[in-house]
Amino acid sequence: MTAMPPPPASQNGMTRSAGRSLLWLSVGAAGLFVLLLWALGFLSGMTGDEARASAPGVDFRNNAIALAASQEPPQLDSTRTSDQVSNFVLGHIMEGLLRQDEHDQVIPGVAESWEVRTDGATFHLRENARWSDGKPVTAHDFVFAWRLVVDPKTAATYASLLFPIRNAEAIIAGKVPPESLGVVATSDRQLDVQFEKPVPYFEKLAAFTTLFPVREDFFRSRNGTYAANAEDLLFNGPFTLTRWEHGASFRFEKNGLYWDKDRVKLAAVDVPYITTDSNATLNLYRDGKIAMVGQSPGLGSESLKQALVAGWPIHQMRDGSVWYLQLNFRPDRITRNHNLRKALQLVVDRGEYVYRVLKTPGYVPAASIFPVWLRGAENLFRQEYPAPEVAVDVAAARRYLDLAKQELGLTEWPPLVFLCDDTPSSTKQAEYFQTVFREKLGLEVRIDRQIFKQRIAKMQAGEFDIVSAGWGPDYDDPLTFGDLFASWNPNNHGEYDNPELDRWVRAAQETVDPRGRMAAFGEIQRILIEDAAVITTYERGQSYVQDPRLKGVVRRTIGIDPDFSNAYLEPN
Amino acid sequence: MLRYILKRLLHGLITVWFIATATFIAMHAVPGDPLSGEKAMTPEIRRNLEAKYGLDKPVVEQYRIFLVNMAKGDFGISYTQQNREVNDIIREGFPVSATLGILAVVFAALGGILLGALTATYRNRLPDVVIMFLVILGISVPSFVFAALGQLALVKINAWTGFTLFPVAGWGTVMHMVVPSLVLGLGTMAYLTRLMRSSMLEVTNTDYVRTARSKGLPPARIFLKHQLRNAILPVVTVLGPAIAAITTGGFVVELVFAIPGLGRYFVQAVQQLDYTVIMGTTVFYGAFLVLMVIVVDIVYGLIDPRVRLKA
Repeated sequence: MTAMPPPPASQNGMTRSAGRSLLWLSVGAAGLFVLLLWALGFLSGMTGDEARASAPGVDFRNNAIALAASQEPPQLDSTRTSDQVSNFVLGHIMEGLLRQDEHDQVIPGVAESWEVRTDGATFHLRENARWSDGKPVTAHDFVFAWRLVVDPKTAATYASLLFPIRNAEAIIAGKVPPESLGVVATSDRQLDVQFEKPVPYFEKLAAFTTLFPVREDFFRSRNGTYAANAEDLLFNGPFTLTRWEHGASFRFEKNGLYWDKDRVKLAAVDVPYITTDSNATLNLYRDGKIAMVGQSPGLGSESLKQALVAGWPIHQMRDGSVWYLQLNFRPDRITRNHNLRKALQLVVDRGEYVYRVLKTPGYVPAASIFPVWLRGAENLFRQEYPAPEVAVDVAAARRYLDLAKQELGLTEWPPLVFLCDDTPSSTKQAEYFQTVFREKLGLEVRIDRQIFKQRIAKMQAGEFDIVSAGWGPDYDDPLTFGDLFASWNPNNHGEYDNPELDRWVRAAQETVDPRGRMAAFGEIQRILIEDAAVITTYERGQSYVQDPRLKGVVRRTIGIDPDFSNAYLEPN
Repeated sequence: MLRYILKRLLHGLITVWFIATATFIAMHAVPGDPLSGEKAMTPEIRRNLEAKYGLDKPVVEQYRIFLVNMAKGDFGISYTQQNREVNDIIREGFPVSATLGILAVVFAALGGILLGALTATYRNRLPDVVIMFLVILGISVPSFVFAALGQLALVKINAWTGFTLFPVAGWGTVMHMVVPSLVLGLGTMAYLTRLMRSSMLEVTNTDYVRTARSKGLPPARIFLKHQLRNAILPVVTVLGPAIAAITTGGFVVELVFAIPGLGRYFVQAVQQLDYTVIMGTTVFYGAFLVLMVIVVDIVYGLIDPRVRLKA
């Protein structure tokens, strides 16, 4: 710049004048921008609910909390819903026959008493259960809702939960009309259910979202838009949905007509932020605008690090899911060979995998497809039926591998195809197993990374030798894991087909006596491990941050989660 | 003029049809479908769902139904937002994205023109060097970095001042719009600054500016009427595509600031293979882009007398 000759005097005058013009133009431009801002705000109706913009996450003045959600509720029709956010919302604004308390025990909901028999169940509804328009909740509302669930025209994803009820399976297949479902309102306040076969876990099922009531006259009055907007819903739960701006925000407020309203302490739960961006939610918490971070989904490792640095109170819970390597049993796959599977099973060190590779707090090694928290007959299932130990034994694994090579008539091992998602964590996990199988067994593994939808498609088509998969429970009973590898289960992607296992699954489904059932699950557990049908790896946990002034929030592995219906605020 | 516009609109229509068809083919060529998820359904339930959404019909038949409905302006119901029509999603999401986009474009255009003129005027002097350094930064740093930094800065400012002037995230008041739109417009502004600077320098050396100066016209008048006005032309040319790009490309900013715009649906629909939303948003954005280009060509003809619009 110093090399530049000084500009001539006339040029200087030019510049000064242009600079002055530019200054005035800038002032004009700034004014224009502000005017436009205001005009656009006026046009889009942002007349400013300024209070909402600055409401704190824990709001003592209004006895309310604010949260961020990862997505907007996709489906608030309880008969059709299947995702977690909708389930969370519905659990606050609706109530089923029964509900779960803070220790996950089943307690009365709309029904004040009930009997479950081997051939059916009877529910006696309370007199003071009300819809948000003041009308009583009756047994007919449940009959109507459950018929909707199994109606082929509804095409409810979770309709299979109703399979134990008489005729449900035939109705879903379109063989008989929905009216033939084994559920009858014998009076406004008595509901009779007939079973297809004994359902030892029916109480837990009766608390599930899919079995919530829907009132027929209201449903029909919406002309196909039931649950599309807040005003297209009726409520009978602890809260009512008072605002639902799609994709932007929703809010529930305490329901004054709820029969047990005294247990509800918070006046409102506001969700003014919907984003999947974990940094954004961290910043909102940092700014005091939300009361929890990572309630769903949990904090990722990067977010967790930031939360630790900030010194926030970090909580942990288990999300209930079990993760495993599913092996392919289709005739053309070498993983069908028992000795090869044994070899793979014997070199997987779950402890190393969970604590040195995954390194995510809350994760624990999974020794069985039945997670550690499942309840058995009297104690935890895994205390009653400990999983058979499989210690890492590379020498034995190599012997199995040699046997497999002879049986398969191979001179050279073809590479194993390991199918996984294209996320960084999935890839890292696949690479770990690639290294283990290569170093300990000399097997080559070809990693097939796919986007989510494509991974699902390939998994269902059986285009893999090994696929990393997981299973989250649908209801609180070992059966939700126990029938996973039955030959008829659509989630048995490896098409594992073992008549002995199938027999024990049927026994578990048909036995009523809890001890007998648990014995059957014990056998299923033994077979899966001895046959190396699946290599379980970890049980997933979740970390989250919660404002210390917010108390009484219930976190659940299965059911409504998080549950704010008993939550309250307390100054530090 | 009218014939020209009509002809351009007809060409636009064909372009949109082509976009729709190409998207439809690509979408169905991707393995998987909107109904598949981590948990497999029993065959009966899956059949019922396929029948409900018409996925049990041959693809050619699905395409025919799609075209007929599109002609009627109906894109159907979303697979993921299961009770909502795609038209409603667009109707609610687009005004938000458009508001954000307009503000960002206006900010980018005004800022870019002014800074470009400024740097050209003070060529090789301090303001030019500083601004051009920032411009390089603005062009090379992606918007999600600006978004994250902007948000973090807001948190710090709020903590420091003890009150919230600009909210950290969310939507609903005028104050919510300011920071996201500035962040969104920053990259384009940097680009326009560079464009304006070179265009301004070119104009300064033209004969008509020299003539004006030798005639003894007042400097302010030369600057405004002769230099600025002519230098703006290239900026206007890129403005059309820039408007479309900003309005459709706000996905990251919308995510970071939790803004309920259409950009988020546009991207998420592809990840979830939400057929109806993919088609609806692609066709809508395609039509919008085509329209913007036509509008810019017309505007260009109005401000530059050398350009004559002929059919």
